[in-house]
Amino acid sequence: MTDATSGVGTSQPPRKASLLELDARTKKRNAAEARFRTYGLVAVCAGLVALVVLMGSIVNNGAGAFSQTFVTLQVELPADRLDKSGNRNPDEMRAVSTFGYSPLIAAAVVRSLEENGISIEGLSAKDAGGIISKEAPAQLRNFVLANPQTLDTTREFTFLANGRIDGYYKGRVTFASAEVDKNVSPAQLQLADALLEIGVLESKFNTLFFTAPDASGQRPEAAGLGVAIIGSLYMMLIVLALALPIGVAASIYLEEFAPKNRLTDLIEVNIANLAAVPSIVFGILGLAIFINFAGLPQSAPIVGGLVLTLMTLPTIIIATRASLKSVPPSIRQAALGIGASKMQSVFHHVLPLAAPGILTGTIIGLAQALGETAPLLLIGMVAFVREFPAGPPQGFFDPASALPVQVYNWTQRSDPAFVERASGAIIVLLVFLILMNAIAVLLRRRFERRW
Amino acid sequence: MNDMRFTERNVDSTEIKIRAKNVDVFYGETHAIKGVDVDIPEKTVTAFIGPSGCGKSTFLRCLNRMNDTIDTCRVTGDIKLDDEDIYDKRVDPVQLRAKVGMVFQKPNPFPKSIYDNVAYGPRIHGLAGNKAELDQIVEKSLRRAALWGEVKDRLDAPGTGLSGGQQQRLCIARAVATEPEVLLMDEPCSALDPIATAQVEELIDELRARYSVVIVTHSMQQAARVSQKTAFFHLGELVEFGETGAIFTKPEDPRTESYITGRIG
Repeated sequence: MTDATSGVGTSQPPRKASLLELDARTKKRNAAEARFRTYGLVAVCAGLVALVVLMGSIVNNGAGAFSQTFVTLQVELPADRLDKSGNRNPDEMRAVSTFGYSPLIAAAVVRSLEENGISIEGLSAKDAGGIISKEAPAQLRNFVLANPQTLDTTREFTFLANGRIDGYYKGRVTFASAEVDKNVSPAQLQLADALLEIGVLESKFNTLFFTAPDASGQRPEAAGLGVAIIGSLYMMLIVLALALPIGVAASIYLEEFAPKNRLTDLIEVNIANLAAVPSIVFGILGLAIFINFAGLPQSAPIVGGLVLTLMTLPTIIIATRASLKSVPPSIRQAALGIGASKMQSVFHHVLPLAAPGILTGTIIGLAQALGETAPLLLIGMVAFVREFPAGPPQGFFDPASALPVQVYNWTQRSDPAFVERASGAIIVLLVFLILMNAIAVLLRRRFERRW
Repeated sequence: MNDMRFTERNVDSTEIKIRAKNVDVFYGETHAIKGVDVDIPEKTVTAFIGPSGCGKSTFLRCLNRMNDTIDTCRVTGDIKLDDEDIYDKRVDPVQLRAKVGMVFQKPNPFPKSIYDNVAYGPRIHGLAGNKAELDQIVEKSLRRAALWGEVKDRLDAPGTGLSGGQQQRLCIARAVATEPEVLLMDEPCSALDPIATAQVEELIDELRARYSVVIVTHSMQQAARVSQKTAFFHLGELVEFGETGAIFTKPEDPRTESYITGRIG
């Protein structure tokens, strides 16, 4: 203590506050923080609940699409009805349409009943055949045309059950609803139960869902994702082959080589804006340029791929530029300092360090393109396609469908069995998306380097 | 300051390696370097000292045209390496930088193996005909950078896994691997601890036998320890340039005296 301080002496120093009790300001601050934490927690929980409900409803609706009811029958193939000329010539046998085959299947059901001593009241032979899918006669006819030598024998076939019968085992159809449904009768349901008991009818994992093409509104049980999966795959190949090199080259040029001036600023702003353009606008663009102007075929994966490439480019460019920017400038200087050219410094040092980020961006862009529907509707990919496209590259020009469009398509149809199909397709789409995102995360983990 | 041995040392060579005349540098509107004239002799360590922001690093980066990578930077005046104007239109800065190597403030090894770090320069300049020659160059450069003994058993280990001082010596090895004629060092010890600093300084003294070394430093003691010639920069101007001993014992300009006695800076 010096004289100067002790001399003033009259004013008391402020009383020291205790550390053990909180003052008003601290309490207020703590309360604000606690409030904010609660808001955050509520927001996270709301998000999680929404996700769980969404996933739950999709899985609940769509799980049924992965199992299907099949009926195994011994079918006679009488030559006098299927090959009237007796030449075993498939070209002549084509004269018999599927209407000629359906009585054979009905007869097979009836015979199966008789052999097992089952009789059901009020069941006509036509109704008995009605429990088999309308797809079955076509299946039988294709088999016979491919194997004419099997005529006049009895063969075992596994047919799809009719969608209503399938629905009965998935809880969509009940005896009460069958009373008022002209497509299915309670007697048919009784028949199905009887067949189930003797093992003729059974539920199995439905591989057809992944391999079969779409089917008409009358036969939801036969509808599959085969064409859609191939169409989506072709489009992803096109997007990958075009968007990755163009996007990466554009970003490297803009980030590393281009002078920084008004023009490059303008380009940068436009790329950012392009990423925000509604995707349906790209569809209109594709329709005008690729189909009307360039004359490419409608509904073809090539057009879809080109449109999705345009849509994915900004995403890839933005992700690539961000990962190029995150490479420390000291690496570029080091390379330039020992006499590497600009291009050598970029390709030998910067690009390998940016690669995981570029790949992640590309995969996320691809995932976005995979789930895109709107632009594909405008270029005609919404068409009903039953023919599988050819192998690439010819197949790029053949009509095809796409996964999200198939979902859209199926939700438009009246038969309730298509709700299950659409949800199943959503599950397949989600699995693909999750796989792609998982690959992106893995790549990032695997190749991320620290320096 | 027992190791201020500058009075014992003389400039060995009178040959001028780099001759800078009337150099001005602008960053946009900012006039960073104002009319600097410096003659950098062969086989000598020349130190640039001065307070932060005085332009010594900027001037150093003019000597290998690293300033070209900054869009707004403009250099006027004459800088001649062996009587050839390095800012001539016909000069490719890439070729110039192979002759005038550079070591940066922060150790910046490539995130590759130690071997690849050193071999990168010789590879892109085609200095080695085959693997054996390249191995030789790598070993020679690492020996010159006094790092060989510490890393010879782990040449495949990543360069970024070395300690700070080792990383900086790796960067020096990488710079000397391309056989430059001039070695520019931009505060090479500012990120290092005293022991690593001493090692690098010793190395700089050894490098003087083969190269003309230009070193930018904040530390006057370092300048006194390693250099034969010293240039003092202040506010973009070259205030004084001469023998290191003369600058530190009898500076001619009052600003130099203020700086080395600690009154400004």
